[in-house]
Amino acid sequence: MPDREARMDTVVVGVDNSDASTRAVEFAVDRAQRNSWKVVLVHVIPWTPYSFQTPTENEHRHREKEREVAAATEQVLVPMAEIAERGGVPHTEMVRHGKPSETLSDIAGDTKAVHIIVGRTGDSGLREAVFGSVASRLVQHAHVPVTVVP
Amino acid sequence: MNPVDWFNSLSDTITGIVFTTVPFFGTEVPLIVVWLVIAGAFFTIWLGFMQVRGPRLAIDLVRGKYSNPDDAGEVSHFQALATAVSGTVGLGNIAGVAIAIALGGPGATFWMILAGLLGMATKMAECMLGVKYRREHADGSVSGGPMYYLRDGLAERGMGGFGKVLAVIFAVCMIGGALGGGNMFQSNQATAQIIAVTGGDDSFLAGSPWIIGLVFAALAGAVIIGGIKSIARVTEKIVPFMAVLYVAACIVVLLWNITALPEAIGLIFSGAFSPEGVAGGAIGALIVGFQRAAFSNEAGLGSASVAHSAVKTKEPATEGFVAMLEPFIDTVVICTMTALTIVITGTYALPDATELGGVALTSQSFETVLPWFPTVLAVAVVLFAFSTMISWSYYGMKATGYLFGDNQTAENVFKGIFLVFTVIGSAAALGPVINFSDSMIFLMSIPNLIGLYIMAPVIRSVIHGYFDRVKSGEVKQVVHQ
Repeated sequence: MPDREARMDTVVVGVDNSDASTRAVEFAVDRAQRNSWKVVLVHVIPWTPYSFQTPTENEHRHREKEREVAAATEQVLVPMAEIAERGGVPHTEMVRHGKPSETLSDIAGDTKAVHIIVGRTGDSGLREAVFGSVASRLVQHAHVPVTVVP
Repeated sequence: MNPVDWFNSLSDTITGIVFTTVPFFGTEVPLIVVWLVIAGAFFTIWLGFMQVRGPRLAIDLVRGKYSNPDDAGEVSHFQALATAVSGTVGLGNIAGVAIAIALGGPGATFWMILAGLLGMATKMAECMLGVKYRREHADGSVSGGPMYYLRDGLAERGMGGFGKVLAVIFAVCMIGGALGGGNMFQSNQATAQIIAVTGGDDSFLAGSPWIIGLVFAALAGAVIIGGIKSIARVTEKIVPFMAVLYVAACIVVLLWNITALPEAIGLIFSGAFSPEGVAGGAIGALIVGFQRAAFSNEAGLGSASVAHSAVKTKEPATEGFVAMLEPFIDTVVICTMTALTIVITGTYALPDATELGGVALTSQSFETVLPWFPTVLAVAVVLFAFSTMISWSYYGMKATGYLFGDNQTAENVFKGIFLVFTVIGSAAALGPVINFSDSMIFLMSIPNLIGLYIMAPVIRSVIHGYFDRVKSGEVKQVVHQ
């Protein structure tokens, strides 16, 4: 079994709190069953190294980061992983900080993924309306095929 | 005795002690300024002119080219630098420069720039040490700064007892610095500008500046006692834009007077070596230039090391390189802009220039070209003052925490005193405020620089070790997909 899993292709699925994300994971699990893929569920917490912070924020940043990771794991990754688990698809989970589109693309590279799957709209409505969605950026920048699930 | 009178006599006493002068070529030279100049020159040579060799690496570090991707979400080099800069860029850059030119003539600018360049080396040394000897607590939060490197760094060199003494002296001085330069001076000059734009002597606030002080204290209190983070966050986010706006306004004034620019630059150079009508001549210009530059960029005082030590890195040298950019941004760029604006508009030569002093002189310089700018300047000044106050209250808190073992009561007492000084600062005259602020700020440099000299071998080996590994390719840039 581990041998078989090692030979499987990897797909990266970008997930967040939205309904579109749930549909993306369901879609990914469905295709993973047919194509014998393993899925990497990734939640990216939007973060930039170029923000302006107070000294107190900096002092406690490490603890804050851990808190964000714990919250994302509990609220996003655990429910999404259950979908993959129910579908009987091999899965791993990751939480990262960064610019979502770039980070997903980097992780696809690191995990040698053959495909990235994301929902069309994320959970940050206004921001996306102004700056464009993660999906559209990803489509333009990714080095592997991207599927956008409506 | 009312609090302001009490403060004035306190200020006189302390200033007399800290600014002990010696006669030098017919002028009185304060030893403490010489102390800072020698440190800047020493570390410039000792570290091999990193101001010239290092900026490229420093900029690459700030751009994250050497950041470990696993550290995403932690404090980046940019964030540590930006936080330190917002504590440093304050009224020293706007009002302090005006004081320097009013007293030392245009030539003071030349010495200020030189002091900024030398200060880059001192800042590099102290901020590297801040990271190297910081304390990581169980919850992942970090405390760093001169208290820690003086205590632990000197202990490593077999001078544990002396290190502890220096650390305590430093912490006491930093509390004083937080109350003075980091608080009173800021509130004093912000108040001056608010009164100026609301009608000067006719302003409804002219008779009772303490009202503005109370408002400042209330807002600062909301942040540091009430824990209302949003006020601090908003300030931190607006300040960089204000800094850009301020420099842009300086450029507008310079462009407006572009034909006078060569003459202004000429005045800065000629005034540096043979000033006319400046008390103490070239030495006098040098002293005020260096003094105001040090007050503005804080190199050698150790304060910024507290802010820089929050960065996430395994290589303490990296933050040394990044911190080196701070005096450059603060003094070589922003202070020079203010200075050129004052020199080119000629306001420093007005008969009442010395009397105006501080922010009023800077404001008048802008007014000659942009009549509405003093109001914008008032907004910028209030924000700069406020962000500097927030940073320094933090420094003062860390010093209090160090002295009293993070005792909550002690920290609350400090916060209370801090806010009282905010109000006194707004009501007192500029003279005693600047003297007290200078005294407390410059006192920090005594324990700090003694420590830096003792740890000079460590400083050089860490900085050079990292620099050599970058040059040899052993430390590589991170490649993104």
